[in-house]
Amino acid sequence: MLLAGQKSTHRIPTDKIFKVAATVAGVYVLAVIVLIVFQLYSESHLVWEREGLDFITGSEWNAVEGREAFGAAPYIMGTLVTAALAMSMGVPISIGIAMFISQAPKFIAGPLSIVIDLLAAVPSIIYGFWGLLVFREFLLYNIEYPLHDMFGNSVWLFSSAPFGLDIFSASIILAIMIIPTVSAVSREIMGAVPHMQKEAAYMLGATKWEMFKLAIFPYAKTGLIGAAILGLGRAVGETMAVTMLIGNATGPNAFPQTLFQPGQTMSSIIANEFIEASPASLHLPALIGIGFTLLLVAVAINIVAHLLVSRMLKVKEGVINA
Amino acid sequence: MMLSSAQKRAEYRSLFKHNVKGRLVIDRIAMGIVLGCVVIAIIPLGSILLEVFRNGISALSIEFLTQIPGAVGSGRGGIGPAIQGTIIMIGMSSMIGIPIGVMSGIFLAEFGDNRLGRTVRFFNDVFMEFPSIVLGIFAFLTIVLLLGHFSLWAGAFALSLIMFPIIARTTEESLKLVPLTYREAGLALGLRQWVVTFRIVLAAAKNGMVTGILLAVARISGETAPLVMTVLGSSQFFSGFDSPMDALPLRIWRLSLLPYDSAQQQGWGAACVLIMIILAINVGVRYYFATKNSAKGRLFYRIMGGRKK
Repeated sequence: MLLAGQKSTHRIPTDKIFKVAATVAGVYVLAVIVLIVFQLYSESHLVWEREGLDFITGSEWNAVEGREAFGAAPYIMGTLVTAALAMSMGVPISIGIAMFISQAPKFIAGPLSIVIDLLAAVPSIIYGFWGLLVFREFLLYNIEYPLHDMFGNSVWLFSSAPFGLDIFSASIILAIMIIPTVSAVSREIMGAVPHMQKEAAYMLGATKWEMFKLAIFPYAKTGLIGAAILGLGRAVGETMAVTMLIGNATGPNAFPQTLFQPGQTMSSIIANEFIEASPASLHLPALIGIGFTLLLVAVAINIVAHLLVSRMLKVKEGVINA
Repeated sequence: MMLSSAQKRAEYRSLFKHNVKGRLVIDRIAMGIVLGCVVIAIIPLGSILLEVFRNGISALSIEFLTQIPGAVGSGRGGIGPAIQGTIIMIGMSSMIGIPIGVMSGIFLAEFGDNRLGRTVRFFNDVFMEFPSIVLGIFAFLTIVLLLGHFSLWAGAFALSLIMFPIIARTTEESLKLVPLTYREAGLALGLRQWVVTFRIVLAAAKNGMVTGILLAVARISGETAPLVMTVLGSSQFFSGFDSPMDALPLRIWRLSLLPYDSAQQQGWGAACVLIMIILAINVGVRYYFATKNSAKGRLFYRIMGGRKK
């Protein structure tokens, strides 16, 4: 006679297989990260060996055989400068939007949030295409030329002749692109401030602005800084729109000195030169090395941002990635 | 004594009035600036949509949507291969990305309440923010160099890397919303855990998961950077998974590099097709959820459910 228990020992242990499969899928992401770091390092170690620290600090860039020199400093600086400029323009606007949404009545706040989220869904290439054909001209004639004419001789930032494809226009496109991310996270963070805090401020007779100053900003400071850094991370990794608008200078000329000068970022030089680089030369390892540097910078920024934001937003973790 | 105190009170009152006025003015200014921020952010979106549709619609025609690109600068031909490539690549990367993402989400929700789970969750979030061009380089190094040529596989692999962490997190979030009692009910009936997960929990969490998957599809259909070094681009229709292929974002990029007006016109047309696909997915998902989650929507479904019986 067959007992129920006996029968079950002959069954395939499907639950175990299920758990193992799920765990493997979960661990996949860790394996991919390790592989990416390993691959990028091992494929670029030739250039690290040859150039050493000059790869980070040098600014000569020459792929011609025999005269090879690879210094990525202008591109690293280009990335940092454009991202910082984008942050300085985009973050205050984003926080303003978050303040508006947290105060506005529901029938305005709801649709507005959707519109802002749609801004996030527009792909980078379309921002770039629009920036190149529409926004560039607007910027050139309405902002860059007037600034250059007025301050060109006195302020070094505006001294080079504007052309529209420069660090300034790339930064503005980046600022537009990080607004949805930063404002969505800031909105959630301001929503996480306890109502009691706001009511206490109102009870003391505070105006709306004073309520923000007294109750929300001090409480949400960490989270808002995290949101800003998250935007910085996005801006650092952004490729296509920047590639189309930054002017793609190479070598020492690409080192950012003025606002209206063509530059180059880490991601844009990869997008521009990767296909033409021959795997046999040092050119490809150099580009992969830049990719590796970019990855390290972006990951460091994002880890800091996640730690700051998640401390504030234990409740709604998913939102950070929306 | 009385007089001086009354005088003092009057003085305080006037001070207070003055103070209130100033504070209210500052409040108005601050709120005006806040409103200005909103307007500044809305203008680019409005301009992008307006320009893309205004310039793009006139480029659209049956020929434009189905033909291969004509000679450079001729203004003839279309973006047929690009549309085909984008659709094939979405399909291929979904085949890799969705199973991994869903299983990973199941792991995080059902088995993820431990150290490994927290590690995976954290790195999943960090991985989601990896620059997409780095993922392109990775796909290039692992697949293009291995096979020796640019191929659809490499592009699909790169896109699946963008896709699966998004799906994993949205799946996890929606699985966590399913009440524990559902799982207990299934287990109490003697079902195995995988049956409970797939037949009960996943079925209950279907809406959230579909949203996540569709948003991930919308996201990858606009990705350009990783495609540059994986599928390369081509002007021919599909000729095997091993060969280079075109994609809509890549085609827009190539067209933007050309100095001809006709190329710009075609670029707007391609941008219009791409943005329509992406906005349709986004708006559709949001609308579906808005109606389904509202009280009215729920009531509607309950009534409809009741009638069927």
